Amino acid sequence: MHLSSKHLLGIRDLLPEDIQLILDTAKQFKEVLQRPIKKVPSLRDITIVNLFYENSTRTRISFELAEKRLSADTINFSASGSSVSKGETLLDTVNNILSMKVDMVVMRHSATGAPHFLSQHIPAAIVNAGDGINEHPTQALLDALSITEKLGTLKGKKIAIIGDIMHSRVALSNIYLLTKMGAEVTLAGPPTLIPKHIKESFPINVTYNVKEALEWCDVANVLRIQLERQNQVLFSSLREYNQAYGITKQLLQSIQKDILIMHPGPINRGVEIDSDVADSGQSIILDQVENGVAVRMAVLYLLSGRKEASA
Amino acid sequence: MQDLNNMKGVTTIMEEKQLTLTLKRLAHELIENHYPFTDTCIIGIQPRGIAISDFITQYIKEMHPELKLNYGKLDITFYRDDFRGQIHIPSITELPFSIENKKVILIDDVLYTGRTIRAAMDALLDHGRAVKVELCILVDRKFSRELPIQPDYVGKSIDSIVTQKVKVFWGEDKRVVLYDSI
Repeated sequence: MHLSSKHLLGIRDLLPEDIQLILDTAKQFKEVLQRPIKKVPSLRDITIVNLFYENSTRTRISFELAEKRLSADTINFSASGSSVSKGETLLDTVNNILSMKVDMVVMRHSATGAPHFLSQHIPAAIVNAGDGINEHPTQALLDALSITEKLGTLKGKKIAIIGDIMHSRVALSNIYLLTKMGAEVTLAGPPTLIPKHIKESFPINVTYNVKEALEWCDVANVLRIQLERQNQVLFSSLREYNQAYGITKQLLQSIQKDILIMHPGPINRGVEIDSDVADSGQSIILDQVENGVAVRMAVLYLLSGRKEASA
Repeated sequence: MQDLNNMKGVTTIMEEKQLTLTLKRLAHELIENHYPFTDTCIIGIQPRGIAISDFITQYIKEMHPELKLNYGKLDITFYRDDFRGQIHIPSITELPFSIENKKVILIDDVLYTGRTIRAAMDALLDHGRAVKVELCILVDRKFSRELPIQPDYVGKSIDSIVTQKVKVFWGEDKRVVLYDSI
C-alpha cells in the first residue's frame, strides 16, 4: 500500500484512495499521541529539512512535532537570517542542503508552484506546507480529519467555506479534497474575494450572503482575511467586513441549528469571526490544531515508505 | 484474502479439530502458569494474532467465568524494520490497562524470523515496563530465526524452507496450511 505520488504537492494530485489512506493512518497516530511515550521509531533513519520562506506558527511547530514524534532528525531553515538575503537562488539553497544527505523537504514559499518546481530538480520527497495562493494540502487533510471525527464521514456533508477565497490556499486545497471525497461545498464571501469563474472549474455553489450559507451548511470553515495580501482595496474597511460577512454570535443564534465552526488560524478576532464564536462549544478550532500533528505524521510516514522504491 | 484453491504445494498442518484442541491446550498452559491472572495481561499482536488471542481469552473466560482478564491488542506497524518495502496499514492498538509491573503474554499466529516479536517488544516497552514478557505462538517454524527469540508456549513446531509460507485460515473452514510462496 503506497501513496500514488512520491511528493505531497497538492490535493489536486491525490486520488480519493490516497486521501482515505492518509486519514486512516492519521487516526492510528492520534492513538500514539495519547500514549505515555508519544513517540515511534519509524523515521529514525530519515533527515528532514523544514524550509520556511514565509512566516508560520502552527504549521511549522506542527510539522516539527510530527517529525520528532516519528524519531526523524530535523533541520530548521528560515529565509530571514540565511544566505537567501545574499541572493542565493531557491534551487542552489536546496541543493546545498541536500548534499548534506537530507531525505525529505517540507517547504513553505510565498511563490505559487515553488515546491512543484523543486520536485522536478531534486531527488528528495517534498511536502508542500503552503505555496503562495495555490495549495496547503496538510491543512485540508487535517480539516477533513476534524470533520470526520465529528460527523462520521465527508460524503454528503454540507461544508461552507467563508471569507477570502481568492487569496486562500486553504480554500483551494479544501475545495479539491471535499469535492473528491463527495462532500457538498458552498463558497460565501464578498464578490471581490471570490474568483469570478470558480463555479466553472468545480462542482460547487457560490453565494454572497453569509447567512444563507450558514443556514444551509453542517460545517462552516471560516477563513482569515489575509491582511498581508490585500494590496488592492477589495472591501472598504475591516469593520464593514465584520458587519457584512463576519461570523457573530447574533448571526449564529438567528439560524435554527447547531453547526460546527472551523478556522485554519491565525484568527483576526472581531474581523472574520468574533471572539465569543471562536471560543464557543461549536468551535472545533483547537481540535483542528491537535489533528494537525497526527495528519502530518501520517503524510511523512507514508511518503518515507518510498525511499527505497525510488532509489 | 488468499484463496486455498489458488495456492501451490499446499500441505495442511492442522485441521479444524486439531487446531481447536491445540488452542485449548495453550489456554490451559496459560491458566496453569498464570491463574488467577491478577498481575498478568494477555496481548494479541495485530493483525493476525488477534483471532488466536480472541479464541484463547474467550476459552479461559468460559473455563473461569469469575476471572477479570486484562486483554489488549497491540499494533506494531510503526516499529517494523521492514516497512519501507511495503507499507502496512496500521490496525488499532487497544490497551485499556497499564502494563507497568505486570506480566505480559504476547500472542501471535506464526513465529518465523522473530522480527515481528522484536518490533512487538519495542512497541510494548513504549507503554511501560513489564516485569516479564512471555511469548505464546500457534505455529513455530523451527531453524529459521534471524534474532535470538524463542517462544514460551508453542502450539506446533514445524520444519519448513524459506520459499514456503504458513497461513492460518479462520473462517468457515478453519485450518493451518503450509504452501509454496513462489
